[in-house]
Amino acid sequence: MRQLKRRPDIWSTITTTLLGLYFLFLIYPLISMLSSSFQKTGTDSFSLYYFARFFGKKYYLSSLLNSFKVTLAVTFISILIGVPLAYLSTIYRIKGSTSVQVLILISSVSPPFIGAYSWILLLGRNGTITNFFKNFLHIQIPDIYGFSGIVLVLSLQLFPLIYMYCLGAMHNIDRSLLEAAESMGCTGIKKMFTVTLPLILPTLLAGALLVFMRALSDFGTPMLIGEGYRTIPVLIFTEFISEVGGDSGFAAAISVIVVVIATLIFFLQKLVSEKLSFTMNAMQTIESKKTHGVKSLVIHFFIYVVTAIALLPRIYVIYTSFLGTKGQSFTNEFSLGSYYTAFGKLGRSINATLFLGLCSIAIIVIVAVLISYLTVRKPSKVTATLDTFSMFPFIVPGSVLGIAMLSAFSKQPLMLGGTSLILIIAFSIRRLPYTIRSSSATLRQISPSVEEASISLGATSFKTFFVITLPMMASGIIAGAILSWINILSELSTSIILYTNRTKTMSVAIYTEIIRGNYGVAAALSSLLTVFTIVSLIIFFKVSGSKEISM
Amino acid sequence: MSINIKFRNLIKKYDENTVIHNLSVDIREGEFFTLLGPSGCGKTTLLRMAAGFNSIEGGEVLFDNIRVNELPPNKRNIGMVFQNYAIFPHLSVKDNIAFGLKNRKVPKEEIPALVAEIMDIVQITQYANRLPEKLSGGQQQRVALARAIVIQPDVLLMDEPLSNLDAKLRVELRNAIKEIQKKIGITTLYVTHDQEEAMAVSNRIAVMNMGVIQHVGTPKNIYQRPSNLFVSTFIGRSNIIEGFIDEDGVLDLMEFRIDKLNLKAPYKGKVIVSIRPEEFVFSTIGISGIIQRSMFLGLNTHYFILLKNGELIETIQESSVDDILVEGSEVHLEVKREKINVFDAESKNNILAGVINDIAVEDVCDN
Repeated sequence: MRQLKRRPDIWSTITTTLLGLYFLFLIYPLISMLSSSFQKTGTDSFSLYYFARFFGKKYYLSSLLNSFKVTLAVTFISILIGVPLAYLSTIYRIKGSTSVQVLILISSVSPPFIGAYSWILLLGRNGTITNFFKNFLHIQIPDIYGFSGIVLVLSLQLFPLIYMYCLGAMHNIDRSLLEAAESMGCTGIKKMFTVTLPLILPTLLAGALLVFMRALSDFGTPMLIGEGYRTIPVLIFTEFISEVGGDSGFAAAISVIVVVIATLIFFLQKLVSEKLSFTMNAMQTIESKKTHGVKSLVIHFFIYVVTAIALLPRIYVIYTSFLGTKGQSFTNEFSLGSYYTAFGKLGRSINATLFLGLCSIAIIVIVAVLISYLTVRKPSKVTATLDTFSMFPFIVPGSVLGIAMLSAFSKQPLMLGGTSLILIIAFSIRRLPYTIRSSSATLRQISPSVEEASISLGATSFKTFFVITLPMMASGIIAGAILSWINILSELSTSIILYTNRTKTMSVAIYTEIIRGNYGVAAALSSLLTVFTIVSLIIFFKVSGSKEISM
Repeated sequence: MSINIKFRNLIKKYDENTVIHNLSVDIREGEFFTLLGPSGCGKTTLLRMAAGFNSIEGGEVLFDNIRVNELPPNKRNIGMVFQNYAIFPHLSVKDNIAFGLKNRKVPKEEIPALVAEIMDIVQITQYANRLPEKLSGGQQQRVALARAIVIQPDVLLMDEPLSNLDAKLRVELRNAIKEIQKKIGITTLYVTHDQEEAMAVSNRIAVMNMGVIQHVGTPKNIYQRPSNLFVSTFIGRSNIIEGFIDEDGVLDLMEFRIDKLNLKAPYKGKVIVSIRPEEFVFSTIGISGIIQRSMFLGLNTHYFILLKNGELIETIQESSVDDILVEGSEVHLEVKREKINVFDAESKNNILAGVINDIAVEDVCDN
């Protein structure tokens, strides 16, 4: 009788290791933050002091209210722009629709605060458009700072998410569903509201949640354009960073409140979308119709204008990067001076971005491949936990993660504060979900019997993973890694808390240059970042072979 | 080099749900053995237990009398063909076939000849350098077959290999499979839910239902003397009519008396009679009924006849040059008494002599 000793399964070892890493670098920091929020700095007894302070003062509560106002307004406006855009460009044939799609995508993948900065240059107190109206038309256009500015910038930044989600959902609607509706006498507007929109509703909700979370946690935009209008991420940052009157314990307490709210919203959305959820797969996608006359004109006008407005800040930044500068303002002559300064003074930040980014991507790829394999192929309660951990960054805003990591790792035995490693870890944790989702999606489409075929032909399960599974997953992994990479390039809210001079990324450099008033250098760096992003996107489209992207 | 396979008291559980109960069956060396049953009957589960992809909760799987329960699939020397082909999409046809040979450390210089030989047998030589996505379903399944047999496995395991193909290809490829299997003489365990396919390729068939093997026998045997009512209705078409056997051993079938039944043992009581459509003969005596509908299919003509008890039965008659019997006319039906099957109304087991069931003795629950 042949008997084989059971070797410890390599996959369970990997699962344990990954869980351990998540505990160390995500759960432990969050717990450490939680405990410091319940402990007045300087004492070590349990205290609700910080929470009492937050809920006791109108000053702090108003920030919370501001955050909600901004977030809801942004989500609402994003839906209002994104849904019609996706609907019209699917139902009707739009000239240059592929270009529109790519341009809208490009407008969405750079950091929001660059948009804020650009809109200040255009519509701010001394902005180009403001001055044009004032000097030539003698009209004082309303102030862009504060609530309206934040909403404008974030809506333009985030509506592409809704647009892309809905475009994907529209693509999954089978033509026959709409034809069935028409055959039963349901056409036009009625068809849109009773058939088409309900079909994309679950996807729309998922997109709306994403917009909500991003708007809630965005730090750079309200910081630059908000002026007196204080939102929660700004409050956290100032409480944490400011040397006078700041209190990291209080920042931790606010962070805890934000995470709790984000978690509640997340579960609420999950509850609603589970009730609504169904799967669709179109055999025949909707064929876009040709339009004529005024209708065609109006539709094209709407789509082109929205695209132009979304792109305007990017283009303007690139334009100003080629202008000469004099102090804080641009001159009218073209010059490459800003680029000289950018490469000279801040060349280091380009290197830092590439170094930190590539290290993070290496970790992300390895961990994402393992996690997606474990959750798809070895489903169990343990791997489900791993999956849940990996999606945590969804509800933990970047600045909160930064504070949590600092509060855990700025003391012995793990003294990581100020190192490159802490940034690499933070980037990896925050941007893993893109690669995990993309890899898992590809893996789910690979039938397990392909792997079984390999094993039946004498390959070990480990060899099968490397020789069969991995090559088949490659396109999904690469596509996901590029998305992670693009999002690392634009990352600000975590790095602004964790960076040191040595680990100053381009985003942080742009931000600090804007704060210092060095608009030229900021514009040059922003343009470089945009170029990096566009090149990455082109590679993404080449690799994934699709026109769609899910952020 | 073929082997025999023995399943001994196998039990398969998913959590608390037992899907295979104490199953035992022997597969002979070199034979083409088919597991046939409706979906969810446990046939694929059993095949995957033989392959080693499913855990075994009780009992043993023996390859040539050696227990293989603990042996991982890659050490069992099996060739497997999957329903969805499971061709490696990133490897060419040639590399797909060579994959198993490389794992077996076959000397590099011998591989091309072996691959070429097998590609010739399954007739895919002209696609050698293509990627699988450029092949049709039938061609892909030929590649899968070549890949499975080129390694000269002890057993060939096939899990519904034809069910993703269209009807014409299915027939073509099943003939090819049977021919190749015969040529290389490999023990083959084949899973299908298509009874015609099973009859066409198999030496023996095991009919399964709800995790239990109902009947193991040759196609002819299973069709003509099914061990129980389930097998009778699952294989081919059967008309089911209730009847009664009196103390003289005479069957009363809707007031039509049938004697000289070849009973296995004396029997008296309620029975269920299964009569295949071709076992009815139009006559002047016999069961009476009214023709409801007719269907001319060329070779044969099908009649649907309403009996007095309200049952609708189907008969098949060779088409004649005369006119088709008109709907509404009354007919009398005699039966070919040596062909019909009679089952105990309680146990649903066949009570006629001549049932040959190769199922392991301890599993037969015959009254």
